[in-house]
Amino acid sequence: MSYSVKVIDHYENPRNVGGFDADEAGVGTGMVGAPACGDVMKLQIKVNDNGVIEDARFKTYGCGSAIASSSLITEWVKGKTVDEALEIKNAQIAEELALPPVKIHCSVLAEDAIKAAVADYRKKHCA
Amino acid sequence: MHLPIYLDYSATTPVDPRVAEKMLPYLCERFGNPASRSHSFGWEADAAVEEARNEVAALVHADPKEIVWTSGATESDNLAIKGAAHFYGETKGRHLISVKTEHKAVLDTLRDLERQGFRVTYLDAQKNGLIDLEAFQAALRDDTALVSVMLVNNEIGVIQPIAEIGDLCRARGIIFHVDAAQATGKVDIDLSALNVDLMSFSAHKTYGPKGIGALYVRRKPRARLEAQMHGGGHERGLRSGTLATHQIVGMGEAFRLARLEMAAETARVRRLRDRLLDGVSRIEAVHVNGDMTARVAHNLNVSFAYVEGESLMMALKDLAVSSGSACTSASLEPSYVLRALGQPDELAHSSIRFTLGRFTTKEEIDYAVELLRQKVGKLRDMSPLWEMAQAGVDLDAVQWAAH
Amino acid sequence: MPLPVYLDCNATTPLDPRVLAAMLPYLETQYGNASSRHGYGRTARRAMDVARQQVAAAIGAHPAEIIFVSGGSEANNLFLKGAAAAFGKGGGAVAFSAVEHPCALNAARQLARQDWRLIELPADATGRVTRAGVAEALAQKPRLWSVMLANNETGVLQEVAEFAASAQEQGGSWFHSDAVQALGKLPLDFRALNAAGVHALTLSAHKAYGPKGAAALAADRRLDLIPLIAGGGQEGGLRSGTENVAAIVGFGAACELAASRLDSLPARLRRLQTRLEAGLVPLGATIFGNEAPRLPNTSYFAFANVEGETLLTRLDRAGFAVASGAACSSANPNPSHVLLAMGVPQALARGALRVSLGAETTEEQIDAFLLALQAALAGLKNLTALRN
Repeated sequence: MSYSVKVIDHYENPRNVGGFDADEAGVGTGMVGAPACGDVMKLQIKVNDNGVIEDARFKTYGCGSAIASSSLITEWVKGKTVDEALEIKNAQIAEELALPPVKIHCSVLAEDAIKAAVADYRKKHCA
Repeated sequence: MHLPIYLDYSATTPVDPRVAEKMLPYLCERFGNPASRSHSFGWEADAAVEEARNEVAALVHADPKEIVWTSGATESDNLAIKGAAHFYGETKGRHLISVKTEHKAVLDTLRDLERQGFRVTYLDAQKNGLIDLEAFQAALRDDTALVSVMLVNNEIGVIQPIAEIGDLCRARGIIFHVDAAQATGKVDIDLSALNVDLMSFSAHKTYGPKGIGALYVRRKPRARLEAQMHGGGHERGLRSGTLATHQIVGMGEAFRLARLEMAAETARVRRLRDRLLDGVSRIEAVHVNGDMTARVAHNLNVSFAYVEGESLMMALKDLAVSSGSACTSASLEPSYVLRALGQPDELAHSSIRFTLGRFTTKEEIDYAVELLRQKVGKLRDMSPLWEMAQAGVDLDAVQWAAH
Repeated sequence: MPLPVYLDCNATTPLDPRVLAAMLPYLETQYGNASSRHGYGRTARRAMDVARQQVAAAIGAHPAEIIFVSGGSEANNLFLKGAAAAFGKGGGAVAFSAVEHPCALNAARQLARQDWRLIELPADATGRVTRAGVAEALAQKPRLWSVMLANNETGVLQEVAEFAASAQEQGGSWFHSDAVQALGKLPLDFRALNAAGVHALTLSAHKAYGPKGAAALAADRRLDLIPLIAGGGQEGGLRSGTENVAAIVGFGAACELAASRLDSLPARLRRLQTRLEAGLVPLGATIFGNEAPRLPNTSYFAFANVEGETLLTRLDRAGFAVASGAACSSANPNPSHVLLAMGVPQALARGALRVSLGAETTEEQIDAFLLALQAALAGLKNLTALRN
């Protein structure tokens, strides 16, 4: 398996590793995937009062492409509104990281993680 | 210290420089075809082939006439299993027995035979990787023609009780094949004492060249085979094709060195492997796969819980190691061997096979241990599973979203 | 001139030093298993990719059409048994020439056990497979064909493209040609042959200054083959087993070398062959197949009332390595099946000698050989005279 330069960069220098307190105001947490499938992604977003994602953190159990995909989306969602964040599509992630066909599922999982984090945020704040 | 550190001796070994030196003349001035009977080029090549045959036979206490050259252990396994199944299928029956943890060369050959109407029982391995002799005995049937069990497993290095299996087979007149590709130079093999009828060997796992192997075919009592490769009638009709003299010479020398040096080498390699085991055991949540007693000295297979196998491999790029066997490592499937031991997929995914060898040093082992400590730590800091486990969450109780 | 002189290049050729140089790193330092994912494995994989391109380029094939195997015999077995198995139960007819190499003959004959009908295509007195024989075979609609490009004993070339075209016209069959003796001695164009209806070619490294232990079946991607050797799934699942990287690298280098000197080597061999045969005729030799187009390096001949074995022994003692026929059957005391198929009388066939020249053969060696042969013949005549 040969990885693209960008995958290797994100893998070796992952951005925004870590987490927030899930109960904190404005935090949305998404956890997707399953250990048996080889990937679990946890994405957390911190949304300010204007609905803009101020900060994001991730933890990922998975291959280099899964780690790179989640690291990348933490950068991408920052500064976006939650609605804008939902526009991020797996194809964009795959293209940016030049993922090979067998690794497309990593980008799909990353897109799912954004959706799950936003859904959790909305459940807590828009209910 | 040269990076990456080679710890994948079960995938293939370097050719020992002494072996390469012995091979060279047969690539250069002694290039004759050993089947040429009319001139000295041929005779010289033929003499070298026979000397090598003696060396291969000597390592395993066989008669040189019982050694048939092939292109490698995969071909030997195919020849032994298809050859015996076809020969004995009509008379003894069409039932075969093997184990789920066998090499693909055995399993895929058996699948071929199933398509031809043979029935195969694939025995489970126990949690430690060894087969249960009682279960084996229970699987024997009146129409069982052939049993195939490997001596040393390529992934977890466990040593199967082939002496006992052989006795049970012989008592019932069942042909017993053993894949010993991973065993030569690692464990004593005495075919004069074992009730084994067919045994596969490879050169490139024992410091010889790739592209050459052998099949032991017992003469007393005689094991019969149907040839799988037809042609000029080389190897007494059992395997046709021009003999690759230099490769055969290399295998002979590699097996000669194995015979002379096995005892000392095994002791040295075992000390290094135990040093590696000791270092790795200091890392939390590490599982050793396979029995540690009935096991070759050079193998350590461990799973690092809460980190994923492929990212671990990526982190360990300074170590040439293998996750699962080399032949299947292009696929993303977890190791079928570890699965057969009842390992959950996530642990099978994060397994690493370290196989040490003749040129492994203490410094390399120490470097590997330190690298593992750092990289596993880094990946766990990034792992949501590790975080949950640290928080006391039972991961098995979590409802994971299907993906 | 150093002795002994090797004149048995159809049995095997000496390894070219450039080929050895290409192989050595893969025997010494680059020892990875080509299926391993780490750096050692990837280095080996890349070397194999290059070799695959070199082999493909030498015969005008696509790299994806090259299946590496352990030898020419295996490639012939793979085609005949693999394609037959893919047809499934019920068999069909397999047509092969009476002058095929024993590995193709015996692999084809094995098919009879799976209910295949065997059609042996006859050869004429010049060693060529006859058009009439092919036409007769066509009536039985063979599903498999195997006709060699150049015969290993006589060097006679067969009209493979023409036969394949006839088979193609009928359709529903696969056509194979054993080209091991042609590589490096004749231009080989798999694209053109494939267009004519040839679906697979056998090539071997050690007949073309490469190492023993590497060979290939160049196969049309549409050709359905069931692998002979199951296991790890190497070679696209068609040939399992750890790849013999060093030998495959050598095979690639040998093919590149063969292609690079196709303009010069065959012509040089032809001049040497002409020189040799010009010397043989006055000694009373019958040269087999010399009325047909032949390889430029092969001369197969006999002398009436002279036993081949005795002559071979004398020549070997004088320092000349020649053969009585195919190397693999040289332990076999029966006369050559090729000569018998050509209608050569048993007695004459028993005396047959094959001289096959190579890249290192010189005019000086040819002249010395002719002198040694003359001396050996004279010695034998004296013996015969004494006995009488």
